[in-house]
Amino acid sequence: MTPDDVTAGLAAAGYLADEGLATAVLLATTLHRPLLLEGEAGVGKTEVAKALSRMTGGELLRLQCYEGIDLAQAAYEWDYSRQLLHLRAVEAGHGDVATAEDELYSPRFLVRRPLLLALGGGDPAPVLLIDEVDRSDDEFEAFLLEFLSEFAVTIPELGTIRATEPPVVVLTSNRTRDVHDALKRRCFYHWVEHPDFEREVAIVRLRAPSVPERLARQVAAAVEAMRTMELYKPPGVAETIDWATALASLGCTELDEGVIAATLGTVLKYREDADRVRTHGYAALVAAGMAGSA
Amino acid sequence: MPDAPAAGRTALEDPLRLPVAFAHVLRRWGLTIPVGRLPLYAEALGVTGVASRQAVYWAGRATLVSRAEDIRAYDGAFHQFWEGGPPPTPRLTVPTPVVIELPTTDPDKPGPDPAPERPDKTEVVRYSAVETLRQKDFAAYTAEDFDAARRLMAALRLRPPTRPSRRLRSARAGRHPDLRRTVRRALRTGGEAVSLAWRAPGSQPRRLVLLCDISGSMEAYSRALLRFAHAAVVGRSRVEVFALGTRLSRLTRQLSSRDPDTALAAAARAVPDWSGGTRLGEGLRTFNDRWGVRGMARGAVVVILSDGWDRGDPAELSEQMGRLHRVAHRVIWVNPLKAAPGYAPLARGMAAALPWVDAFVEGHSLDALQHLSEVISGLDEERPAVA
Repeated sequence: MTPDDVTAGLAAAGYLADEGLATAVLLATTLHRPLLLEGEAGVGKTEVAKALSRMTGGELLRLQCYEGIDLAQAAYEWDYSRQLLHLRAVEAGHGDVATAEDELYSPRFLVRRPLLLALGGGDPAPVLLIDEVDRSDDEFEAFLLEFLSEFAVTIPELGTIRATEPPVVVLTSNRTRDVHDALKRRCFYHWVEHPDFEREVAIVRLRAPSVPERLARQVAAAVEAMRTMELYKPPGVAETIDWATALASLGCTELDEGVIAATLGTVLKYREDADRVRTHGYAALVAAGMAGSA
Repeated sequence: MPDAPAAGRTALEDPLRLPVAFAHVLRRWGLTIPVGRLPLYAEALGVTGVASRQAVYWAGRATLVSRAEDIRAYDGAFHQFWEGGPPPTPRLTVPTPVVIELPTTDPDKPGPDPAPERPDKTEVVRYSAVETLRQKDFAAYTAEDFDAARRLMAALRLRPPTRPSRRLRSARAGRHPDLRRTVRRALRTGGEAVSLAWRAPGSQPRRLVLLCDISGSMEAYSRALLRFAHAAVVGRSRVEVFALGTRLSRLTRQLSSRDPDTALAAAARAVPDWSGGTRLGEGLRTFNDRWGVRGMARGAVVVILSDGWDRGDPAELSEQMGRLHRVAHRVIWVNPLKAAPGYAPLARGMAAALPWVDAFVEGHSLDALQHLSEVISGLDEERPAVA
């Protein structure tokens, strides 16, 4: 495998990666280490894992992080209601409750969550997406560090469950806080940039086939112009696609000031940002679009 | 010193030789490269091959860089090592010699000794000295005063208010049944769930964010507050520190060292414009865009130390303060000038910011810092009657 093979594979799975990302993905998959993706919101970090899963054919296991996430949601849980029912049944059948304990904590009562599922192997290996890891708290990060270095989960009642074959792991972070250095040290790192103009046009064309080429170029150029306007939240690729799709579904084939005013809400999500673009003038965006499609 | 072609040849004999040499250059560009990364880099090169510039470049970026801020330094080091580019400009390796002159308390160093021969009197003298010191304005501090104040400052503790955590913990009562423990208990009572176990949300200290103005007039106060902050950063991890100057610099990493002097010296090196002018609005904007609104300031106690003299646009400052106020738990403004008799917040920046400030305090002396730590804990809110 070479980075070019990865680029081609991801493209076939609907993701246009640049060489840096392709190299990082190649390293993560061949050297069996997690890949940490950081970047602005909306540059397509989560999409990488999804495309990777489509490319390899491995099952996508997604773990969305949030503050307070714990083992029960991330790794495993016992099926308590079935355990209690089982105890009842043992008791009603005059069985021995003491020996029932071993049965209670057997794999058949185990509820497997994404991290544990990822250890189960599969052919091809599953793709584990640990999304927005910066939202979790220190306790969970410490656990994650252990999980990612050993690819194992210890369940007190059952013992340690080890990966038969390491899964492909992708972590994403929006950098609302720094991820712990120790965790970073386990991972390959890639900073995902906004795509350049031609790539962005290609992404829009790929993800929203209903958008005509000329409109896609105009939208990508207008968004690129917006990113230089010092907005609170510069639009990401996701917004470019949304905007182009919205325009196409309204039957537009060209950007003009009227449709920009009507659809700006699909690109900008802050009132102050909309104001700023308005004071720059919609004409500037139309002009940028014209230049882009020329 | 390795020159690129020679290094390329020897790489075949010892796979680690090349990464080690490259790491040496990277460190001179200011990157932190843990030794453990080098075998991984060697492996990565094995995967990508060394035939193309891009392969070598990206193999290193994915293994040796772990922060977006380090990418530029990596690019420079890459160019130097592989393509014979120039070494880092001195500014990156030799820090500007503006070191905060916090006097070191070196017990071995001969210096002004406060009359050790008269033990009978020391008690009284020290007491009144401490009393005066506590109220003395930091701007009037001598080196000796800072020295003496250190111990007192170390005793100040920051206890940010708590908020309910989303993490559930075992509790005697609560809304969330703890099924795991309930099943365990049921085993002890013959399989019947006689008593339910519960879980309830714990509490967690709110994040504390300090934004220190480091313009000329604020320098003495910033030093004092940074020292104060240092105690807090070492004490608990949920403190973030930034310097506001002509631009914003994040100091949290530098201040996390255990030794206050090393920490402050590192912080001074990290700030490019110690004692330059201040653009409060722009600095706050950068903070809001890159850190604050994204999550760092959400639900946090934000402390801003500044005299409010802003060279920028007051409208910008007001707008950014508003953004900050909408996401933060409390915004506390520390203005040492407030202690001056007859002070009115007339500085344009101060006037623009005040509507968005929850508490406006002095912070010019040790006593004032003590008061500040109470304001941060929210003591002034909860127990207004206690003097």
